[in-house]
Amino acid sequence: MRDFNNAKPCLTGKGVTKTFGFGDKKMNAVDHVDFNFHEGEFVSIVGESGSGKTTLSKMLLGLISVTEGQIDFQGKPRDISTNAKKKEYWKGIQAIFQDPFASYNMFYKIDSVLLDCLKMRGDGSLPYEKKFELMTEACSFVNLKFAELTNKYPFELSGGQMQRLMIARIFLLKPKILLADEPTSMIDACSRATILDMLLKLRDEINMTIIFITHDIGLAYYVSDTVYIMEHGKFVEYGPADKVILNPQAPYTKRLINDVPKIYEEWDLTTV
Amino acid sequence: MKNTIKQAFHSSKFVTGFVIFMFVLVTIFVYPLIVTRDPLEMVGQGNFFKPGTYVAVSDVVGTNSNYRLNVDTSAAKLETGLSVENRAMMADWLEKYGEVPASDIDVTDAESLVALWNEKYDPKTVIKGMTIAVRNQYMRLNNQIQHALKDSGVIIAEKNEETGELEEAKSYDGREFVNQGDLPNTQTFLLGTDNFGRDVLTELVAATKVSLGVGIIAGVIATIIGLILGLLAGYVGGFVDNLITFITNLFTVIPSFVLLILISYSVSESARGTTMVGILIGITAWPWTTRSVRSQVISLRNRDHVNLSKLSGHSMMRIVFTDILPYIASYVVMAFILQISSGILAEAQLSMLGLGPSTTTTATLGLMMNWATQYSAHTSGTWWAYFPVILVIALISFSLNLMNTGLDQIFNPQLRD
Ligand SMILES: Nc1ncnc2c1ncn2[C@@H]1O[C@H](COP(=O)(O)OP(=O)(O)O)[C@@H](O)[C@H]1O
Ligand SMILES: [Mg+2]
Repeated sequence: MRDFNNAKPCLTGKGVTKTFGFGDKKMNAVDHVDFNFHEGEFVSIVGESGSGKTTLSKMLLGLISVTEGQIDFQGKPRDISTNAKKKEYWKGIQAIFQDPFASYNMFYKIDSVLLDCLKMRGDGSLPYEKKFELMTEACSFVNLKFAELTNKYPFELSGGQMQRLMIARIFLLKPKILLADEPTSMIDACSRATILDMLLKLRDEINMTIIFITHDIGLAYYVSDTVYIMEHGKFVEYGPADKVILNPQAPYTKRLINDVPKIYEEWDLTTV
Repeated sequence: MKNTIKQAFHSSKFVTGFVIFMFVLVTIFVYPLIVTRDPLEMVGQGNFFKPGTYVAVSDVVGTNSNYRLNVDTSAAKLETGLSVENRAMMADWLEKYGEVPASDIDVTDAESLVALWNEKYDPKTVIKGMTIAVRNQYMRLNNQIQHALKDSGVIIAEKNEETGELEEAKSYDGREFVNQGDLPNTQTFLLGTDNFGRDVLTELVAATKVSLGVGIIAGVIATIIGLILGLLAGYVGGFVDNLITFITNLFTVIPSFVLLILISYSVSESARGTTMVGILIGITAWPWTTRSVRSQVISLRNRDHVNLSKLSGHSMMRIVFTDILPYIASYVVMAFILQISSGILAEAQLSMLGLGPSTTTTATLGLMMNWATQYSAHTSGTWWAYFPVILVIALISFSLNLMNTGLDQIFNPQLRD
């Protein structure tokens, strides 16, 4: 575990709120949360289903509007008011979604996903051999063979392969921040550990900030530097993973930890 | 795409509908190649000739017949030749003066009635109390019966130009027959003729083609408007969505058929051709396509593949065309099929009200119905003028709906039982 108190902040929020519905049905899915994510930090946001994790991540990505509050990106107020500014913002922040089967356009070959990344990097005019080389390199980073995958449709791949390809996409784009919204919850247990290892590798090699969203506090303890615990749209507790999990203060955190009986035992990698 | 089409042809409902629809399509394109007559040509003079083959009378007489059949034609002649009044008169006489009990007389059996008559009736006997006028009436009836029984046939006479006298040109007896194939002029009207003496079958085929065209024009317009508005409302959301939803609801509250009647009424009769009617139907039929496309798009726009496309910096247009449209394409095809079907029905309904295409150069299914109704085909028992039209309308909408159900079962498998 590293100490991030003096690291450069790359994404900070103050009073960030998202309200859904009107009148009687009005509810705050995310309720005045403050956070401070640093460069190269592996942050986990932990909470039960429905606690507002996905809503927060969509706000951070700029996919939905923020009802109230302020988000700073790399020390400056985030400005995504125009399409051009959004496009620029998305060069710095990218995502991996929960359901790999829903993340791909099923009418297009998987090549198009990687080719889009090259285009976004500004490598759209390279000769195809060069592009092929880059895509092969990205795929080998996640233990996939591009030559075997090219010209295939998404539904011809397994869930684990699809999610690894999503990481290959991140490898090509090299954003400052990666938001991974429960990337392992829909895939088989074998692929899970690999995916987590790859996320750690991305952080170590490129100094990427990883915001890892999960409902599994054990998993968060295993991978993260900092943990934010979310309950009903609020952060009830946050701090270094060791501190929060070995010495929890909030009752909600204690309950989450009690639901994972193995937390104080020796970590067995096959369970993650 | 190829897969979907292949899948569609595994659905028995879709295939049945498709086959029926193809049958209609092939008919409307092949039939005119065989029967080249103008579908609106008035072949018959007079209205509602019943279905059958028509033979030129002069040709029957003029044909050299070598066919002498040993068939007694008198029975058939009696059966059709003795009118109901004559039969009643015969029964009356037999009962009153022939002393035959009423129960023995059967006016429906011409042969036994005539036999009974021949047995009892003698023109020479004078019955007391009978006036001469009545007696003569019975004698004329007797002559008529005896004539019908005679097999001697007819004489064809020609007028001599010089003397003005009639001369026998030919004579035929009752046993001479003509082979139908030897006749130069026969006309078969499988479905008879309509009120204007036009061949119903030929007209029906032409009308089906025009009505299908009206349906397709209406379907294309309704689907394009519905698709564009639905995509805008669903994807852009916000104010655009509110505005479009408001307009759509407005159109839903006012039944589109009422609107269609009002608009059709206000378009001048001369401008109301078949294309115009198709356009009018199309611009009043889009609301439900808009509503269903909108709800489909709303459920799609928050999908992760759309989010990923946004994160990849794709423009809104590109996202709509590559990430939304392909996902709703099958749905739009289904909506289009239903729009064609309801467009054909709308044309028929409009035409029944006299607000359909005002044209004398083409027929539509609705116009055929309208003509048949105006000339009271339904009360005069001339079923061939309207029943086949109803059948074709039913067949087309049945086949289109069947195709739609088949597709629906493929795209929404949870509905399958
Ligand atoms: N588009 C939306 N409209 C209304 N309510 C929403 C919407 N998205 C999420 N919510 C609500 O916000 C709450 C948080 O949802 P979500 O962020 O998906 O939770 P999590 O990802 O932690 O499971 C839930 O109660 C959910 O019903
Ligand atoms: Mg979630």
